[in-house]
Amino acid sequence: MTPADANGIEVEGLVREFKNGPRAVDGIDLVVEPGEIYGFLGPNGAGKSTTVLMLTTLLPPTAGTARVAGFDIVAEGPKVRASIGAALQEAALDPLLSGREHMRLQTALHGIGKAERAERGRKLLERVGLAEAADRRVGGYSGGMKRRLDLALALAHRPRILFLDEPTTGLDIQSRTALWEEVARLAVEEGVTVFLTTQYLEEADALAGRVGIIDHGRLVAEGTPAELKAEIGRPTVEAVPRDPGDRERLAAVLARFGLAAGASPRAAAARLEGGEAQLAEVVRALDAEGIAIETLQLHAPSLDDVFLAKTGRSLEGAGEDEEPEPGAEAEAVGSA
Amino acid sequence: MSGGRLRTQVGQLARRSVMRTMRQPAQIVPALVFPMFLLAVNSGGLRDTTNLPGFPTDSYLTFALAVPFVQGALFSVMNSGTDLARDIETGFLDRLALTPLRGAALLSGLLAGAVVLGLVQAATYLTVGLVAGAELVTGVPGALVIVALSVSITVAFGTIGLFAALRTGSGEAVQSLFPVFFVFLFISAMALPLDLIQTEWFREIATVNPVTYLLEAFRSLLFEGWEPDALALGFGIAAAVLALGMFAASSALKTRLVRT
Repeated sequence: MTPADANGIEVEGLVREFKNGPRAVDGIDLVVEPGEIYGFLGPNGAGKSTTVLMLTTLLPPTAGTARVAGFDIVAEGPKVRASIGAALQEAALDPLLSGREHMRLQTALHGIGKAERAERGRKLLERVGLAEAADRRVGGYSGGMKRRLDLALALAHRPRILFLDEPTTGLDIQSRTALWEEVARLAVEEGVTVFLTTQYLEEADALAGRVGIIDHGRLVAEGTPAELKAEIGRPTVEAVPRDPGDRERLAAVLARFGLAAGASPRAAAARLEGGEAQLAEVVRALDAEGIAIETLQLHAPSLDDVFLAKTGRSLEGAGEDEEPEPGAEAEAVGSA
Repeated sequence: MSGGRLRTQVGQLARRSVMRTMRQPAQIVPALVFPMFLLAVNSGGLRDTTNLPGFPTDSYLTFALAVPFVQGALFSVMNSGTDLARDIETGFLDRLALTPLRGAALLSGLLAGAVVLGLVQAATYLTVGLVAGAELVTGVPGALVIVALSVSITVAFGTIGLFAALRTGSGEAVQSLFPVFFVFLFISAMALPLDLIQTEWFREIATVNPVTYLLEAFRSLLFEGWEPDALALGFGIAAAVLALGMFAASSALKTRLVRT
């Protein structure tokens, strides 16, 4: 049994082109195992949302194939939709309706029987902590409340696979953590497969069993966070000189040990080509140059380091170009 | 899909459409106030027009009372279209697209708000007109037909709003249609009966303008009595606009919802 035959996802050579634009998705291959949380990490405009729209059947691919829950996304769209839940990039809610009214509409449209609708809605609203706000209009909800309602709506028909497109963008830490806990619980306790796109490194690190890194529509790395970091294997040393005037000299010394890395304004940093063992050499070199150091830190490799190694750019601020608007078919060049 | 499920979908979307309409006074109030304001201005300022030989009634108020029903229906273009455009802009349509929702259910449900608006408008215009002294020679049965015709036109024009929203995906684009439709109203037999319009080009345009015949259907009920031809033409035009609008909106929905 392949992953897609159960509750998994299989993608082969998926492509999406837009008229007068680049290939938003340029030949992606990936497999998501049933019950797994798969983090799809990349900057703005990398192709994450376009991929999600294709996998959720809302946008036909230009080329390639994908099976979601065992169903072909082009030939068996209705069966795919019946198997999945999705919270897309914007929390698409009606500000004039209450949370409970949203649940009633969603459960009814999914064909849940009249007798079960109210109870299902009540339980889901309670689960995401919106029981007290259930009868308030959504226009008055905070960003975190809207995201939680979005999640509850995506779960209305008990989907086997859940697509979450940047579910915590714009949320405060508390709301973000609460959502992470709920997503993790869904995967662990209910066996729901989660395909999660994010531009937050810590989100992919904390939640995902495996991570795919996408850039310019291509999958540039894939593996568990630990595997990806181990693959890079280079820690970063960051130092703050006691005399701010020594910063340039400090950077020059660190450059002998590896490429410069992002650092705070007063500091300089470098990725140690020789790994942690070079730290003692770094200290000796700084001492030899007579540079007094206020603080010296060794950072383990992060997913940002992985992104940098694979793309030559840092993930933070990498996505300057927005993803092409995937809404209108009129803008598309062909479709499968 | 079973008929029961389709009914549920239409019912739920209709419920939402009605709730949205009732919770947005800014949609309802202008559609009630502006036509009444125009009625007051026209019936006061053009009162002496009834002295023209061949003018069909002594009361210009009664003659002009037909206009608000058509004018109010024009608001339906804006209201139904703007609501749908907002759903497209916010991604709510994508949420609906992820359910087993049928396109016909979506369009029918969305028009439910137009039905409610049409009922409220028709009842208000008729009540205000009668209180102000307008005639209604066909009595209570005529009033019921007026309401039915008004709702029919409101729903029919609402489909044009849905089409515009689905084609453009923009609330602003939908609202920009309003002045265009207003031109149709002004170049019709709005202020004078067709046979009393002296300017030839104006009369020719008004003659081929369907709005003229919608107005004449209302006027037949208000001061001429039961005229089956006028009513058939009025309801026929409403049905034709509804059919064309639904066809266009359904086609646009297929393009907009590119789900596989």
